[in-house]
Amino acid sequence: MDLSFGPEYEAFRAEVRGFLDRHKDEYPGPARPTRADALAWQRRLIDNGYAARTIPKAYGGYGAEPDILKSRIIAEEFTRARAPTGMAGQGISMLVPTLLEVGTEAQKQQWIAPTLRGEIIWCQGYSEPGSGSDLASLQTRATEDGGDFVINGQKIWTSTAMQADMIFCLVRTEPEAPKHAGISYLIFSMKTPGIEIRPLKTMTGHAEFNEVFFTDVRVPQGQIVGKRGEGWQVANATLKHERGMLGDPNQAESRLAAITDLMREETVGGERLIDNPVWRDRLMKMQARVLAMKFNGLRLISAQLNGESPGLAGLIVKLQGCDINHELAALAIDALGELGVLYGDSPHLRAGGSWQQRYMFDLGLIIGGGTAQIQKNIISERGLGMPREPKLAGA
Amino acid sequence: MDFGLSQDQKLMVDSLEKALAQLCPLERVRAFADKDEPVARDLWAGLAEIGVAGLMIGEEHGGLDLSLLDAALAAEAFGRHVAPTPFLGVTLAAIALRAAGSNAQQSRWLPPLAAGEVLAGVAISEAVAGARDGAGVNAAGGKLTGTSLFVIDAAEADLFIVADNAGGLHLVAGDAPGITRIALTSIDLTRRLGEVRFKDTPAEPLAGGEALPRLRDAAWTLLAADTLGAGQRMIEKAVAYAGERKQFGRVIGSFQAVKHLCAEMTAELEPCRALVWYAAHAWNAVPDEASLTAAHAKAHLSEVGRFVARTATEVHGGIGITDLLGLHYWFKRIGLDRQLLGGPERLRHHAAVIQGLVAA
Repeated sequence: MDLSFGPEYEAFRAEVRGFLDRHKDEYPGPARPTRADALAWQRRLIDNGYAARTIPKAYGGYGAEPDILKSRIIAEEFTRARAPTGMAGQGISMLVPTLLEVGTEAQKQQWIAPTLRGEIIWCQGYSEPGSGSDLASLQTRATEDGGDFVINGQKIWTSTAMQADMIFCLVRTEPEAPKHAGISYLIFSMKTPGIEIRPLKTMTGHAEFNEVFFTDVRVPQGQIVGKRGEGWQVANATLKHERGMLGDPNQAESRLAAITDLMREETVGGERLIDNPVWRDRLMKMQARVLAMKFNGLRLISAQLNGESPGLAGLIVKLQGCDINHELAALAIDALGELGVLYGDSPHLRAGGSWQQRYMFDLGLIIGGGTAQIQKNIISERGLGMPREPKLAGA
Repeated sequence: MDFGLSQDQKLMVDSLEKALAQLCPLERVRAFADKDEPVARDLWAGLAEIGVAGLMIGEEHGGLDLSLLDAALAAEAFGRHVAPTPFLGVTLAAIALRAAGSNAQQSRWLPPLAAGEVLAGVAISEAVAGARDGAGVNAAGGKLTGTSLFVIDAAEADLFIVADNAGGLHLVAGDAPGITRIALTSIDLTRRLGEVRFKDTPAEPLAGGEALPRLRDAAWTLLAADTLGAGQRMIEKAVAYAGERKQFGRVIGSFQAVKHLCAEMTAELEPCRALVWYAAHAWNAVPDEASLTAAHAKAHLSEVGRFVARTATEVHGGIGITDLLGLHYWFKRIGLDRQLLGGPERLRHHAAVIQGLVAA
């Protein structure tokens, strides 16, 4: 047991801190709101190794050796300085790792660098109205015609489809094959004729997602990633990246700190919330859960450093992390009481309505990226070795 | 950076598992629970042979000089096996003596504690968790008078560590005059609690001022570790039973209703392992965070432990509540860990106080 990082890493930390201090006037944000500001910051981060850190230089990355401690120090220092981190859209976090794993050399050369620089925005075309947890049952068809695939069908839960230049998309190319073996992974432009995007408004009142309809969309056959019929394996290589993103303990820790501040500042009938033992007890209960997941995160880092499988400690992260985030939003709303149901641009609104928005949006995160129930199947079957539910005939 | 167990710690856990499998099968636990046997001497002698009695005692006094994390791993193993050991009393007494005892007190008591030859009772419940039924001990003129309840391993203790009403610690010889021991029967028959009355009993002060808070934090962490081990074993038993028991022509473990109970228990308990490790490590190496993480570890393990104890019993169905199966020994072990030296509400209050969220 050794929680120190050692002199080499403390020197690296000082380097990151110095960088953030020198460049604090360049942070994109309210004062620097344009896309050009964001792209300039992203390029600055890549040049210094604080974004696209381990992507090879040949593909537009920084080219460092993977070092989980350095990644952690970068994350810690950016949080401490409240500096915007590198872009983390689905293109960067999911498509780039996929291309690095299974893309052709030409695909890597063409797509990775501009994606990393934020010049190409991607969306993900996986879920369909009839294929959620059972994603492999997806029905969007791609048939061969000349040198093209012709795509017909519908995707749903497509966040950023409105802004996206490109889509990475799962389609059925072999309808006669077993469901997992008939899928291919295609990438194509969202400007291709035959694509229609409809915003999908959720309970938050905002359209965080979209539906995307394909009618005779023609895509050259060379825009397949991996082999025909192997799209399921290609996609699974990146789904694990998504689940890691959805259980981040740092986010829970900063939310807990924000609720602690809220309870110190808000008064009811002249009494601060923090002075009420019931609210304090609920806050402390959440603190214990947040700490447990934070230390569990340390365990995962150590396992990775030592080349060990994280086992159950890894399998539970998505389920626990998303539940904790939702419960934290619920606690903030309860502490606000009647103020906690105000929304939109109402007078007396607190924190811009962000707790209310999170309380509703985070319910979607419990469902998305593998529902809580699917997570429990994974924990019990892969983690505890329990038997699978017998399959229904024909399913 | 390495947040994990060392090779030595993994070896210790393995050797403890082997020893307990041999020395402490369920029949041995049942024999202890069913009879008026104050101490399982055979078990303690076997464990002392592999150094367990002196885990946290210095090498100069015949111990292994290990950390609280090592002691927590041992406590976890005892929870796993619902082992009737005097480990908690002995280890806490050693901690108190090392933190606040004079050279003479250490030389007198630590070697026989490390050898497993003497046993220790720890009477700090009133000072740590508040007084019930008018209990409390006054110290004056080198003598103690009063009553301490819920004394850990009181029955055949050769020495007592006693906290007085002002938070001072005292060392009392087991054969000192004016001591009356009364057994308290708890739901958990794998451990012995006592009421100890003192009347003008000669006592030696343990001088170090911060000794009681350090002792309390260590005790909380060890009780949390005990629940971790007991809860882990209950999940394993539930998974194993669900893999054998058939209803409707299938093993019940193939029903999602049952599988998901097992997944939920795992999702709750697994992060607790890191919390216990951190609290134990902090006690030795990160003093600023030690009391907060110890309080949270015990409070959170109490909540998760209760959920696991109930749910694992439910997975077993009717057989789960029978004496024959013996699952109830784990259920009750977790139940006692929860209340002993303060329940979760009290500990969360402590966590709020030490973070300055509320006045003490």
